[in-house]
Amino acid sequence: MSRVVVNVPAEAKRGEVIEIRTLAAHPMETGFRRTQLGELIPRDIIRSLVCTYNGVEVFRAELHPAIAANPLITFTTIATESGTLEFRWSGDNGYSASHRTAIKVV
Amino acid sequence: MITRRGFLLLGLTSTSALAQLPPNIEAVRKAAFEEAIRKVVGNAEVRQGRVKLDVPPLIDNGNTVPLSVEVESPMTAADHAKAIHVFTERNPQPYVLTAHLGPRSGRARVSTRARIADTGTVTAIAQMSDGSFWAHSVRVVVTLSACLEEGLI
Repeated sequence: MSRVVVNVPAEAKRGEVIEIRTLAAHPMETGFRRTQLGELIPRDIIRSLVCTYNGVEVFRAELHPAIAANPLITFTTIATESGTLEFRWSGDNGYSASHRTAIKVV
Repeated sequence: MITRRGFLLLGLTSTSALAQLPPNIEAVRKAAFEEAIRKVVGNAEVRQGRVKLDVPPLIDNGNTVPLSVEVESPMTAADHAKAIHVFTERNPQPYVLTAHLGPRSGRARVSTRARIADTGTVTAIAQMSDGSFWAHSVRVVVTLSACLEEGLI
């Protein structure tokens, strides 16, 4: 189960810069930690986040183990037209999550 | 029973945090940090200014460090920030985040939460559409390292 939370304003003026906050529930295991028995815990991280606005990519981020658990990424985009914002996370061990949000531009 | 790790942690109270790492680790991490920046920048000159890295100077817990980067840029098709890179000097790997932006970003601003292993420098580098690079470095002091957590249990 992959749980994500995305915060996008439901309505925006045309041309307005909107702030988007994204959060994905994920341990972001660094691959540098060890168990009490000294065994290395294998790396398990989210490697990328892509945001598309009506099919056009507007933001892309590459994540590394130095991002804290439950990665929170905040960025901005211009509200150009009503439509859908789609967010896709992908990572190690076949992790993938996606989320769609509708935005109304007036 | 006192373990070796527990003993070292006791020593932490009187000596500086740097003393627990052998000197070669410091050199290795510094080299990795510089190599990572060189990979992004190539031979281009990195100038100071235009970028503002906002990170608390004193970090209680290195596991979640809020940081944000803002670049002064009009963000038009002709002149915008293409990417923002964040590096730390003392983590086992220097990379933190690479964000790719464009004219549709509106503003060149990204924030996240990072892990920072030790007292050292955090650097944000902005890559502009004209090929120039701008940087801002902040020295941070970390009291609880992101990599010592299991040792402190």
